[in-house]
Amino acid sequence: MPVDIDIAKVARLARIGLTAGELAHYGAQLQGILEHAARVQALPTEGVAPTAHPLPMVNAFRPDEVEPTLDREEVLAQAPDRDGPYFRVPPFLED
Amino acid sequence: MDSADLSIAGAGARLRSGELTAVDLLTAVRRRASMTEAILHAYLTIDHEGALVAAEAADAALARGEDRGPLHGIPIALKDNMVTRGIETTCSSRILAGYRPPYDATVVERLKDAGAVIFGKTNLDEFAMGSSTENSAYGPTLNPWDPDRVPGGSSGGSAAAVAVGSAFGALGSDTGGSIRQPGSLTGTVGMKPTYGLVSRYGLIAFASSLDQIGPITRTVDDSVTMFEAIAGHDPSDATSYRGRVPEVRPGLDAGVKGLKIGIVRELSGEGTAPDVAASFRRTLDALAGAGAEIRELSLPSTEHALSAYYLIAPAECSANLARFDGVRYGPRIGGRNVEEMMSATRRDGFGPEVTRRILLGTYALSAGYYDAFYGQAQKVRTLVVEDFRRAYAEVDVLVTPTSPTTAFAVGEKANDPLAMYLSDICTIPSNLSGDPAISVPCGLDSSGLPIGFQVLAPALGEGVMFRTARVVEELSGFTARPALATSEGAV
Amino acid sequence: MTWEAVIGIETHVELLTRSKMFCGCPTDFGAEPNRNVCPVCLGLPGALPVPNEKAIEWTIALGVALGCSIAPRSVFHRKNYFYADLPKNYQISQYDLPLCSGGHLDVDAGAGVRRVGITRVHLEEDTGKSTHLGAGGRIQEAVATLLDFNRSGIPLLEAVSEPDIRTPDEARAYAQELRGIVLALGISDARLEEGSMRFDANVSLRPLGATAFGTKVEVKNMNSLRSLQRALAHEIERQGKILDGGGAVAQETRHWDEEAGRTRAGRSKEESSDYRYFTEPDLMPLVVDDTTVGRIRAGLPELPAARRGRYVASGVEENAARTLVAGGLADLFDRAVTAGASARGAANWLTGEVTAHLNRTDGDTAALALDAAGLAELVAMVEGGELSSTAAKDVLIAVLAGEGTPRAVAGARDLLQVSDEGAIATLVTAVLAEHPAEVARVVAGEEKLVGFLVGKVMRAGGGKADPKVVDRLVRKQTRR
Repeated sequence: MPVDIDIAKVARLARIGLTAGELAHYGAQLQGILEHAARVQALPTEGVAPTAHPLPMVNAFRPDEVEPTLDREEVLAQAPDRDGPYFRVPPFLED
Repeated sequence: MDSADLSIAGAGARLRSGELTAVDLLTAVRRRASMTEAILHAYLTIDHEGALVAAEAADAALARGEDRGPLHGIPIALKDNMVTRGIETTCSSRILAGYRPPYDATVVERLKDAGAVIFGKTNLDEFAMGSSTENSAYGPTLNPWDPDRVPGGSSGGSAAAVAVGSAFGALGSDTGGSIRQPGSLTGTVGMKPTYGLVSRYGLIAFASSLDQIGPITRTVDDSVTMFEAIAGHDPSDATSYRGRVPEVRPGLDAGVKGLKIGIVRELSGEGTAPDVAASFRRTLDALAGAGAEIRELSLPSTEHALSAYYLIAPAECSANLARFDGVRYGPRIGGRNVEEMMSATRRDGFGPEVTRRILLGTYALSAGYYDAFYGQAQKVRTLVVEDFRRAYAEVDVLVTPTSPTTAFAVGEKANDPLAMYLSDICTIPSNLSGDPAISVPCGLDSSGLPIGFQVLAPALGEGVMFRTARVVEELSGFTARPALATSEGAV
Repeated sequence: MTWEAVIGIETHVELLTRSKMFCGCPTDFGAEPNRNVCPVCLGLPGALPVPNEKAIEWTIALGVALGCSIAPRSVFHRKNYFYADLPKNYQISQYDLPLCSGGHLDVDAGAGVRRVGITRVHLEEDTGKSTHLGAGGRIQEAVATLLDFNRSGIPLLEAVSEPDIRTPDEARAYAQELRGIVLALGISDARLEEGSMRFDANVSLRPLGATAFGTKVEVKNMNSLRSLQRALAHEIERQGKILDGGGAVAQETRHWDEEAGRTRAGRSKEESSDYRYFTEPDLMPLVVDDTTVGRIRAGLPELPAARRGRYVASGVEENAARTLVAGGLADLFDRAVTAGASARGAANWLTGEVTAHLNRTDGDTAALALDAAGLAELVAMVEGGELSSTAAKDVLIAVLAGEGTPRAVAGARDLLQVSDEGAIATLVTAVLAEHPAEVARVVAGEEKLVGFLVGKVMRAGGGKADPKVVDRLVRKQTRR
């Protein structure tokens, strides 16, 4: 069954800045893969509940207790750009 | 025999008898690595200094009478998607080039607690996405049985290292077959535990509800050893199983007499190479000869498992990989604003397969498409789980060939993503169900390439799974080693 | 055309847990940047979330306090969007199976009680903080942005009201009441100016009597109850003018500018956000049974509405009860009454002079120099005639300034009243004797001169005589 993909919109949602050529290339590939994957739509799943977790566990939480934090210098040493104790990035485009 | 070719159990025995030291074991793998790495490229990082310190500490501890157990002093390799503090961890991606994590994965902590010597980080398909290790941004790993061929993936580096003897054992990760398939293609034992038995804390996530860490070893016994060292509840992982880890050792050599073994009609046919099918049949006959009862079962939903997987895994990965944005770690490509920076960084940092899957996943989750794709795939997953439950009411284990083919040539499937995906057809269903599975070498094909036999068990059924695997190992008498593993002089 | 305003309020509350929502990092406010961080709240590769049990309990507590149904099974979802202060570029939140739903809050803004529906209360995680560098720190002129992830991962409770609110006054009253409940539960310090409690509003207009909704505008950045009220009033007027002029209101997000006193349009987005919600695979579902809900319900403290009701029943005036509860003086009031003060007396002083003092000094009720025993003493002294009201006020101001207990201060300042009848009678006699002409006029019927004579006696007594007794005795002695 034909699948309709707005590949530019998908790439924008995913924040991957592809060129027009790349968009066309991936768009075509996705088309093929999705048409194959879309075969799932033919299966009778009325009344079937989705499985989000293979393990039937519930209520996995932790008590409200403080644990050791990371060493700030070790963390900031990995930052591509920093300003003293802060991570620095180019300005935001919108609020 | 070169001590690099000992099993973990064998090496451990010699450690305790005083014949060898941990430093000797390390020297052996270092030498094997130096002889093979130029061809194989199994490793991205070898931590020579850290490993030596750990080996010396292991020897000192043993001398004091402090014995941490079967992994004490044993050099182990880790797939480079598990974080190791202070040691570069890249997931074979450019987007993490130079990244040194500030913490260790839980499995790494457990291995260290068990006295293991962390030797290095192995190559993988970028972010564990692939079945050949050709998708690594740092170059492929080659198969020690034939360097014109792939070792499988995504844990190709770990499998190649263990196969060739540049590690006694390794950890890989399995989301759709990424431990078992390379195990099959390299003649090693690759095991995927029940989902939740091994902590995922510190495993760089690909598909959260499918990923599991597991061992790659040369023997089934070694696989049990490594499994026991890493399994068990971790409070840092909310998906970690809180019950008791299944007991494996007591019944390990109990044999298969009276065991009911099921073969899956939908996974036993087309696309399987003749030699693989023949070897599979021979092994089945041997199992029957050893007292097992073989039955054929139909699990119709497994035909659609592949499609469901290729919607669920990319969807989860599209969210899991969103954090790679050049803000807090990794290389950054500049931009006039943060959005441009993120888009440019991600375009530059991700390879084609990863990009493909992120786009696929983003699409499958997006408004208007969720129900038809991701939502539907989750329901198909339920059907697969139900099929397995029904099957295990009738049989104790299921078996399939691990992979429809033996190791394929480098470049053969690289340009056809769909063809590549099809090599996971036998392994994917157990990732969807969360059940354990293991691949054991059972023979060689006419080109001398290893063939893998897969045993699947119900959730928490590691006991019966390993027990069956032991028999397969014994009956197949697989002792072949890749040509590249031969070396001059034993230690 | 008469327009009706339709208002809904979304409230975010930072919970006062010791550790963050999905990790064990501390939550203390004011820590140095990027100190309270770990792999989880930094979104480092390989990290995994584990939910804070207390945050879940407290969310249920608020749900119960608001009369919500507690979902027997609820799940977390990933809300996917890219933002530099959101480390994973998705927020763990709740989508279609929130912990609490279907409650209400009764609100009285002075024009009758409005029942405002509560659609849902759910649990999520807060983001990091960004500071924009550049002229004025405003986003539009920034040259770079600095990120601090201390706040990232702090438990955030979101309460969404039905669009049942009709006026800015009601909105303010709703916000105030919700804040009062949150404070009574002790789950947050609810400081609007610090951002531990935040309000966003959705406002639309429709013809009075219509049932269909008009186009709604989201209003953000209201950092106090007052600015909430002002912003809504402004926005209603703005929309009204547009509609009266025959135009259409644009559906958008607007930001309140407190200085300018108006809302401004935010940057319009190309397409509305597609959050691609899906069940969080790293977290297991939450199953809450009736026993747990029952336990939480039984453990709830007295909520503001019940407390106000209790005060009114004990004789305190409705407005005074409201002031006591809303102003954080209710605990002191209760303790003073336990210590023997009359309810009315204690309420009068607390809602009067003490509140005025707090407003003047911008003070904290916790730091008051007046304690329950002191207040009870003061009330007793006034009611027992030892202090005149005027004197008592001076005494109280001195006590609040830290000069000591009421009795000590009254003594030191020589403000104790003389109520001794005998002594006052003698004084009255003496003063009356000095003013025979006025006495005669009183006897002849000129009532108003009583006050004059009372004043003379008060002055003669140095102001310390109990004026009520003086008045009585002057009248008595002139009735001869």
